[in-house]
Amino acid sequence: MPIGRLFSGSGREWATPSASRTTGPIEGRRRRFPWLRTRADKVPWIPIFIIVFLLLLPALLADVITVHDPLRGVLADRLTPPAWIEGGSWTYPLGTDKQGRDLLTRIIYGARISLAVASLTILVGASVGTTLGLLAGYFGGWIDRVVSWLIDTFLSLPIVLLALVIVAVIGPSFVTIVTIIAITMWAYFARQVRGDTLAAREAEYVARSKVAGSSAWRILLRHILPNIANTLIVLATLQVGVVILEESSLSFIGAGIPRPNPSWGVMVAGGRDQVLIAWWISLFPGLAILLVVLSLNLLGDWLRDFLDPKMRQRR
Amino acid sequence: MARYILINSVRGVLTILAVSFIVFFLARLTGDPLDVLAPVDMSREDEQALREQWGLDKSLPEQYQSFIINALQGDFGPSFLYPTETAAGIIAGRLPASIRLGLVATVLVVTIGIPLGIFSAVKRGSLADRIAKGLALFGQSVPEFWLAIMLIWLIAVPWNFIPTSGIGSWSSYILPSFVIAIFGIAALLRLFRSAMLETLGSEYIKLARLKGVSEFLVIMKHALKPASIGPLTFFGGVAVRMLTGATVVEIVFSWPGVGLLAFEAANARDFPVVQALALFTATVIVVMNLLVDVTYTFLDPRVRLGQRSLA
Repeated sequence: MPIGRLFSGSGREWATPSASRTTGPIEGRRRRFPWLRTRADKVPWIPIFIIVFLLLLPALLADVITVHDPLRGVLADRLTPPAWIEGGSWTYPLGTDKQGRDLLTRIIYGARISLAVASLTILVGASVGTTLGLLAGYFGGWIDRVVSWLIDTFLSLPIVLLALVIVAVIGPSFVTIVTIIAITMWAYFARQVRGDTLAAREAEYVARSKVAGSSAWRILLRHILPNIANTLIVLATLQVGVVILEESSLSFIGAGIPRPNPSWGVMVAGGRDQVLIAWWISLFPGLAILLVVLSLNLLGDWLRDFLDPKMRQRR
Repeated sequence: MARYILINSVRGVLTILAVSFIVFFLARLTGDPLDVLAPVDMSREDEQALREQWGLDKSLPEQYQSFIINALQGDFGPSFLYPTETAAGIIAGRLPASIRLGLVATVLVVTIGIPLGIFSAVKRGSLADRIAKGLALFGQSVPEFWLAIMLIWLIAVPWNFIPTSGIGSWSSYILPSFVIAIFGIAALLRLFRSAMLETLGSEYIKLARLKGVSEFLVIMKHALKPASIGPLTFFGGVAVRMLTGATVVEIVFSWPGVGLLAFEAANARDFPVVQALALFTATVIVVMNLLVDVTYTFLDPRVRLGQRSLA
């Protein structure tokens, strides 16, 4: 059971005497208060809105929608507070940092870094992990033993320590951070896919396909993969949030995206020493991380309920 | 059962070996430690002597072999950075601070996460349930380093009886342990909530209610016990994370534990310390996973009896 499996409304309504009579207390409450309906009913528009406007659009359009330079600031305007606070100006809506760089501009460019790291690591992790997970789950035997052991091993790697060592030796870079995160990312996908494939292998449609003379490859790619695609989509969505948290943490301790690039983690670190006099430098980039990851988690939870056929039937 | 433990132990040892292999070669292949450590004006002879003293003149497989043999005896050699101390000694000196912080955080996780999860399931759909779910979502999504800085700004500095950094009286534990605990609280809350919802909906709970067992007993005894098994396996991961993954929090709060040590040692390319730390961490993770596996097998009668009948 993956960490994310948690709010998946799997709990059936409990059979209290009143529930078995006509409408239970929960059903009744649901009719009166629509927001208590099951999560699969309503599309999470707010999280989608946040993901689009705080992550996707800024990442794609960063150079079109910003006017300031994300790397070079105006020293005369250093430590300008946000616009709505005394001393602030709408030239710098969220204020500037100690080098006079516009925070909003840097947050917008930061989305580009977060999205780039997340999509690359998840692309690599999902392809490697899915392949190994399918093979291990379907063929079993020594392949399964080797892959399972590899999963355990890679999930036991002290990843922060590894990142610190690699970066201390060859220096921080975009490629380094993507490699470090991808090293463990595949294992999460492999673990999930292996489990799903193990279950799918016993399904009726696989047995029939075998009888019909399908090759193992055909069964894996045409029958099992489409059937486990839903959990893969959910896992990938949730892992985007995990990667953004990992990348920003590593960047924060100097083992990720090198300064002065506007990674959200780098920005929070840059404001750490000034938090008492210029709180906005650390507050806003961290808030961006929190909002985006929160939205991704909500979206992932909803997707799981929505894509689960059992949940759909119940609607 | 014994066979099961044995197989898993062997796998665990192999995992630790693999970690040692990766860390060792990664550290060595990416650069010569003398580049960082030797003073620039050092003579060739002195450099050679230093190389021999640290065994850096031998071939890599030889270095790895002696590394493993020594590591098995708990000897990781002297620290490069503090040559008068051994790597193991430095770690042992830093460990208590991390363990104490981890224990406080674990207590917070258990005393907040589990009761909230149970309560949330029992009062499903209530306002309290939604607040608890919100807390879980927040704990899962918040970047710890940012939360730490914000708490220093909003709480530690205005109420200046809470220290912003370092280890001191009990009050210095408040902020770091809370920041470390928040993820675990979120995880256990969600796990217990869904496990309780699952068991509360099952047939034997209906039977217990029909028999007239009081609601309190139904929840605390009949439902909670089976519902605890699944989350417990995850608690292993949560505990590991708190013992080993507190690096970021220790850095922000200048907490003198192994997390901060990892940061310092890696930046100084102090390989003996880094390798010892990596092996230590991997061992903790492997042992924890093994313990969780065994506990799980022991607690779940279905698994336990199945195993026994096979043996």
